[in-house]
Amino acid sequence: MGNDLLPGTLDMLILSSLTRGPRHGYGIAQHLKKISEDVLDVGESSLYPALQRLLLNGWVTAEWGASENNRRARYYKLTAIGRKQLAAENREFGRMILAIQKVMSCA
Amino acid sequence: MRLIRRILYFFRQRHQAAELAEEMEFHRQLLEQESGDRYAATRSMGATTLAREDARAVWLPLRFENIFQDLRVGLRMLRRSPGFSILAILCLTLGIGANAAVFSWIEGILFRPYPLVTHQEQLLAVTGTARGESGPTGVSWPDLLDLQKSSTLIDSFIVSKIMGTTLSNGDRAEVTTGSIVSANYFDAIGVHPILGRAFEPGEDVGRNAHPVTVISYQLWQRRFKSDPQIIGKTQRLNGVVHTIVGVAPQGFYGTFVGWAMHFWVPASMEETFESGGYKLEDRGARWIESFVRLKPGVTLEQAQQELSAVAQRLENDFPATDRGHGIKLWPLWQTPFNNARTLLPTLEIMLVVVVFVLLIACANVGNLLLVRSFARRHEMTVRLAIGAGRSRLLQQLLTEGLILAAVGAVGGLLVAHWCRHALVLLFPARGGVTMHLPGEIDWRVLALSAAVCLLSTLLLGLVPAMLSGKLDVAGALKAESAGVVGGRGTAWFRSGLVVMQVSLSFVLLVGAGLLLQSLQRIRTTSPGFSTREVLETYVNLVSAGYDAPRAQTFQDALLERVQSLPGVESAAFGRMPPLSYGSYSSCPIAVDGYQSPPEEQPTVEYNEIGPRYFATMGIPLLSGREFTRADDENAALVAIVNETMASHYWPAKNPIGDRFQVKGRWLQVVAIAKDSKYESVRETPKPFFYVPLRQNFALSPDLFVRTRLSPETMATTLAREVHTLDADLALYEVISLQEQLDRSTSAQLVAVTLVGVLGGLALLLCAIGLYGVMSYSVSQSSRELGLRMALGAESSDLLRHVMSRGLTLTGTGVLLGVAVALALTRLLGHLLYKVSPRDPLVFGSAFLVMSLAALAACFLPAWRATRTDPARILRD
Repeated sequence: MGNDLLPGTLDMLILSSLTRGPRHGYGIAQHLKKISEDVLDVGESSLYPALQRLLLNGWVTAEWGASENNRRARYYKLTAIGRKQLAAENREFGRMILAIQKVMSCA
Repeated sequence: MRLIRRILYFFRQRHQAAELAEEMEFHRQLLEQESGDRYAATRSMGATTLAREDARAVWLPLRFENIFQDLRVGLRMLRRSPGFSILAILCLTLGIGANAAVFSWIEGILFRPYPLVTHQEQLLAVTGTARGESGPTGVSWPDLLDLQKSSTLIDSFIVSKIMGTTLSNGDRAEVTTGSIVSANYFDAIGVHPILGRAFEPGEDVGRNAHPVTVISYQLWQRRFKSDPQIIGKTQRLNGVVHTIVGVAPQGFYGTFVGWAMHFWVPASMEETFESGGYKLEDRGARWIESFVRLKPGVTLEQAQQELSAVAQRLENDFPATDRGHGIKLWPLWQTPFNNARTLLPTLEIMLVVVVFVLLIACANVGNLLLVRSFARRHEMTVRLAIGAGRSRLLQQLLTEGLILAAVGAVGGLLVAHWCRHALVLLFPARGGVTMHLPGEIDWRVLALSAAVCLLSTLLLGLVPAMLSGKLDVAGALKAESAGVVGGRGTAWFRSGLVVMQVSLSFVLLVGAGLLLQSLQRIRTTSPGFSTREVLETYVNLVSAGYDAPRAQTFQDALLERVQSLPGVESAAFGRMPPLSYGSYSSCPIAVDGYQSPPEEQPTVEYNEIGPRYFATMGIPLLSGREFTRADDENAALVAIVNETMASHYWPAKNPIGDRFQVKGRWLQVVAIAKDSKYESVRETPKPFFYVPLRQNFALSPDLFVRTRLSPETMATTLAREVHTLDADLALYEVISLQEQLDRSTSAQLVAVTLVGVLGGLALLLCAIGLYGVMSYSVSQSSRELGLRMALGAESSDLLRHVMSRGLTLTGTGVLLGVAVALALTRLLGHLLYKVSPRDPLVFGSAFLVMSLAALAACFLPAWRATRTDPARILRD
């Protein structure tokens, strides 16, 4: 569940799931679930507020389009500043993981 | 960028919400397809509603939307129960309106009394002081010039002495008030004439040297029909032709609290308008009322210190005139020489009174809200159960309180606006001129009213909020239908509110009672002269251009005619009527054989009167004779002293035949008159003497007529007599001395009226509160009442049972009120006359009134209790 992630991590994960092209909400959730081998099961109570946050910050844009089975779905697309943000968060995340590993290995 | 996106979202939020819902529904359907289990899909989604709310909340971190939603809900709640809303808003309108009105009066009369005058916070009033005298005195012109020369902390000295003249308007005399001012007046107060010029430096120098005047905008409009060519035209003022050099801007009323000024003349023209001759070179003539403007950053204490040092030096330099005299500065709101002083104690008390009224009103509305919050308990519980935070509920309740308080505040400001000129209505017009006491609704008043509004919001919103804090979600949802409403805690709380209301109302009743009794004592105290049978009027010979010999002939002729009129017992002239605004002349005296204590300069006030004055006024002479026609310019100088003067300066002997010295002349005492009231009904007996008008000529004395005819009848007759003698003369209003006495106590009347009206209002609000609580508790305890009835209680028992509960509340409130009143009524000290602030009669009456109101408020609910149908109640 997204709730157990480090704060801000969900935003980063969503952004990263959009690097290969636009996805709709369900697609993002499925993608995260598949890649993480069922560890990250993001419910809509975390997913949609997070998407709104990204929209508000201008890191993604949303557009209605047709889904695989020809239904109306809302696709989210990474923007240029979203891409920059993702890179920055990625760096920060790497530093954080490293720091956590160091602390844990001393325990 | 974020802000712009937020704002765009805000305007498209309905559309956005629909999109979000569609998107989430799509998500749910795909999940369902995937798992093939509808419920599992729904479960794995989590709380959809909450998610949607959270998603929207991302866009609205300022809770804009919440506030709008609360406002909408609040307004809808108010519309749904119009009875409640109207009652609540009415209570608040009265409560906030009373506050705003008093704020506006205090602002307009005490703190910013002079419209258009700049930086009024730098202005201070200046008076003299005299050792051995409690009240302030005027300042003499030479002293003022010396103070001005020696002061480094004061920017400017501003002289402004009120006086009047008569501008005849057809055959009716119309008093017009004006000011004698220093030449720097308009520049120093920052007011610039809209036409012509202000006074020039030097125009206040030289005896009668500069007959120029600046007139008010209203005078220019009314009398001169807004003549654009007015500058350079002339106007006769007190017999002297003045050139109009300027017109003051609209809305400028001069610098005197209580009366609007209509013209200004430079101090050089003093002799024309002031009695007592040319005083600009007389250091002993203390006649000036003035203000100073402090330099920026200077405090009252610093300026006072400096001026006191200068006054000390003047005492040493001019012992003959200045010994024992000092200078005192006053903040504007304590100005002793205008009506600010008269109204200050009343306004101070009003401030306390309106806070009480506001508290009572808030308690009422709080009680109403509390009752309603029981009805809304279900709504609140449900909202809590589906996940609303308590802070969210609190916000809703506060918003509702704010709506009520805001509507109340708007209504209150309207009330204050209408009441701006209400104070004037309580003061009688004098000589056809009404007083000028406008309230001022400026930003400071608005800010204070807003603060009052916020305070009431908090009081109002927090009451039900405290209750909602105690809501037990599960219990309430389960027990929803059982009808056991209102725990012990809230019943106690509501009773507490009522007790507070009763005690506050009781205090106000006591205050109103004390003031009323004091006014009655004042008005029934004998002033030492006849009040009902004596009429008083005035013909202004000065403004008609009479000189002394002509005036004397006129006065003699008029007196003769009046005395022979049918219905007139006697008539006499006197320079000053008793109990008027003007002050008597006073002078230092020396008495043969009386050794004054060192440092005391015996100074006594006196009046100039004609023959038969005492007979006309009804003041008994204890011994000796009245003045007669024979006491004229050629006869020996004589005087009549009053009892107090006789016993003070001639403690061991009868003063008749003895002499005392006034201004270097010796007067022989020919009679002792009984003490009477001279300047105020509340004054203690003081030394006073009379001198013959003929030996101290005054051009325009008052005429006193002893008659049983009404003032109206007499006015017509007198006007005819005056016209027969000189068709150009006009008569002032004819009033009885009782009227004069009543006018002199108008400040007390104002206090009584205001406290009385607000006390009555408080009593009404309190009765409503008590009624509300009792009705509610009866409707809630119908089960208990039904049981009692079924077990054999008579309806009289039930009546007693309910009434006793209401009266217990009242009793508790009154007890508390007595304690508060005993502590607070001392504040009334200044306004009370011959009434103890703990007067048992007043406390008793207040108790009686309160009990009657409580009985009336409790009776209806109690009677309803007796109508309980036990069978129906027990069945239910």
